Amino acid sequence: MEPKIQLRGVTKAFGPKKVLQGVDLDVAKGESVVIIGGSGTGKSVTLKCILGLLKPDSGSIRIDGREVTAMSSAERDRVNRQVGMLFQGAALFDSLPVWENVAFGLLSRKICGREEAREIAVRKMALVGLKPHLADSSPADLSIGMQKRVGLARAIATDPEIIFFDEPTTGLDPIMADMINELIQHVNREVGATAMSISHDMASARKTGDRVAMLYQGRIVWAGDPDSAEAAANPVVDQFIHGRVDGPIKMQVRA
Amino acid sequence: MNPLQAIGRVFLAFVGTAGRLTLFALNSVRHCFLPPYYPRIMVRQMIEIGYFSLPVVGLTAIFAGMVLALQSYTGFARFSAESAIANVVVLSITRELAPVLGGLMIAGRVGASMAAEIGTMRVTEQIDALTTLSTNPFKYLVVPRIIAGVVMLPLLIFVADIIGVFGGFLVSVYKLGFNPSIYLQNTWDFMEALDVVSGLVKASVFGFLVALMGCYHGYYSKGGAQGVGTATTNSVVSASILILCFNYILTEAFFGL
Repeated sequence: MEPKIQLRGVTKAFGPKKVLQGVDLDVAKGESVVIIGGSGTGKSVTLKCILGLLKPDSGSIRIDGREVTAMSSAERDRVNRQVGMLFQGAALFDSLPVWENVAFGLLSRKICGREEAREIAVRKMALVGLKPHLADSSPADLSIGMQKRVGLARAIATDPEIIFFDEPTTGLDPIMADMINELIQHVNREVGATAMSISHDMASARKTGDRVAMLYQGRIVWAGDPDSAEAAANPVVDQFIHGRVDGPIKMQVRA
Repeated sequence: MNPLQAIGRVFLAFVGTAGRLTLFALNSVRHCFLPPYYPRIMVRQMIEIGYFSLPVVGLTAIFAGMVLALQSYTGFARFSAESAIANVVVLSITRELAPVLGGLMIAGRVGASMAAEIGTMRVTEQIDALTTLSTNPFKYLVVPRIIAGVVMLPLLIFVADIIGVFGGFLVSVYKLGFNPSIYLQNTWDFMEALDVVSGLVKASVFGFLVALMGCYHGYYSKGGAQGVGTATTNSVVSASILILCFNYILTEAFFGL
């Protein structure tokens, strides 16, 4: 079967700093893949390349078999319509009330009128455990955990086929983190969306991922079942998962 | 360090910025003529630029008019040409002072807030979020602000013209003892349509420059709170300098020989 998202030899450099040096990755339809890796290894850059926020220097990125790196911005917009994204800091529009944030994609594409958009927004908010009375509050008045839920509601509001999660559990307390993990699982398993997350939280990766891919030195060095990661022979994966100070990753930091 | 290297680096940085700014400006103007539009946001920006700037620009204009009358009196009294005060006031206000001082005040008030708002949206990934929600940030953020600036500044400056002339009138009549009806008659007789129109065209250009600088510096800001602070400062400084520079160019175009 054709993969939903396919990356082949994707490279990206910022000046002399080569962040991605040939990333290969396939994500099947309906699958949930978690990219793990240390800070600054290019996880976010990978995600931004797929989303079209950054342009890779070389390599190919296909979504549904269509090459997206060479698309015009209008075509790119059409592809992005089937995509949802949960940002690390939620990235809510603070000039708009919560419900307009959730319904933003519906309103900007004129899928429905404001009345109906509001109803859908409240329904999606309920799905992520937000009470309807929050609809008119300002995102700035919510806690970060609540903001992430609003961000998640916004990401799923237009029923996207692919959802990206940028560090969904970072900065949350363990209980809130687990709640977000369950929401991601729910969206992935019950709504059937293809999910791609980046994380350095192994607990989250185990819970939400069908497959884990380790990004190291600009390449995917290991990919497989989250449970088999424990026993992976790869020393980089082994060190990262067990959070050891000693190992190949530290050598890189010193150099 | 090699001095040539230093010069080269500064020069390259300058050329890079100039190119990026030109592309940004062209892109903004292009998107002004392409749908979709966001009327809601445009109206909000128009209210922000037009209505809420009235007090600031009004106060600037009235004091400019007042001080102008006072100073020209001091000058003209030396060769008994006091009757020319009305002429000087209306000419200076409509041609120069209202658009330039108003534009500078708007650069401080509106340009700074645009840079801060868009800059914060950039560093909190809100601009990336717009793109993923298939909304073009140029159309959503930049176009409404630029159109609001181009449309509202002339209206604002037209009001400032009236208030500025009124300021001159106040000082001339109540402090310098001019006859009010003769002063008004003089003002009206000396004023030409081109004086006002040239000032309003200037205002429109300044509105474009302020909005463009605010959006540009906000859009390319990076590095958190400090980056947003730098963007805000840069937007005000660059908009002010461009206003003064374009003021000369436009004056030359309108009245130059």
